[in-house]
Amino acid sequence: MHELSIMEAVRDQALEQAGRHGGGRICAITLRIGSLAGVDPDALALAFEVVMAGTAASSARLLIEPVAAECFCAACQEPFPAQDGVCACPRCGAISRQLLRGRELQLASLELADPEPC
Amino acid sequence: MCTTCHCGQIEPPGAAVIEAPAPSPRRLELGAALLSRNDARAAALRRRFAAAGLPVLNVLSSPGSGKTALLERLGREWSGPGRLGAIVGDLATDNDARRLIAAGIEAVQITTGQACHLEAAMLEPALERFDLAALGLLLIENVGNLVCPAAYDLGESLRLVLLAVTEGEDKPLKYPAMFQSADLVVINKLDLAAAVGFDRHQAHHHIARVAPAARIVAVSARTGEGMAELRHAIAAGLQARVLA
Repeated sequence: MHELSIMEAVRDQALEQAGRHGGGRICAITLRIGSLAGVDPDALALAFEVVMAGTAASSARLLIEPVAAECFCAACQEPFPAQDGVCACPRCGAISRQLLRGRELQLASLELADPEPC
Repeated sequence: MCTTCHCGQIEPPGAAVIEAPAPSPRRLELGAALLSRNDARAAALRRRFAAAGLPVLNVLSSPGSGKTALLERLGREWSGPGRLGAIVGDLATDNDARRLIAAGIEAVQITTGQACHLEAAMLEPALERFDLAALGLLLIENVGNLVCPAAYDLGESLRLVLLAVTEGEDKPLKYPAMFQSADLVVINKLDLAAAVGFDRHQAHHHIARVAPAARIVAVSARTGEGMAELRHAIAAGLQARVLA
């Protein structure tokens, strides 16, 4: 359970960015979370309210943009979804060593508003 | 065309440009790595290790897979060059560090309290207790946990994920995020394989599906079986990292 400390990183980065872009309140925070990032979106949502309390993001909405893991098959020259992190190509069965996406753990975007509550 | 708020109005020539209030709410695209602070500190550690010519192994597994026993065995069989160092992370107690010291390893314990993983910043004070130039290899025994430590770079050269035969052949399929990040997967407690009906072929098959880049070695830290192959695999992995 490290979702709390990850949410603290979200808070720190979001407040810093909001400050750098004219301050005001944060209305929405969008995170991009890969299916192989080792983070549970439900646990993140639980931590969100606690961590944002008393800050400029206290009334913000949390939006999570999931990223499904995807590999590239060198034999088929095509990408394929790595369901449950399994890197075996569903077309030819070859094991791919090329993970295209799925490990993302990013602060994707913020929605900022003037100081009155959103 | 109005260039202030892109509203489409034609601006009369010479008109005073009035600063329009920012549209509310406004969207700020970032795409910033959430663990950027840890990543930066890990990068600094990696430079520090490289400057000392020190290879570093991050050892990860569930609790009870035999990380400490494996490190003890590496310590007892260590013949250099340099000394073998270890940093051990646990929620509480310094039992593991004491076991490693008894095995001839220079070991420093980090107790993390409630933290479920090691972060790059936690290593910094522990590193002060070593003469890095005198070490030939530094082992980091991470907190026993197959989920959280996966996301935290510690500046290591190689990541070794350990799996005991008692955990079942399909454990890697249940924790793909951790196994995906492995350079080396070690199957431990081979001496118990027959007793628990462990199917080694099936385990290899499962590991290859979620950790396609990893080399797989099976050992018994208790009897020493497979340890020579593991030492070769570690050396080959480090060599490949240097060439890359």
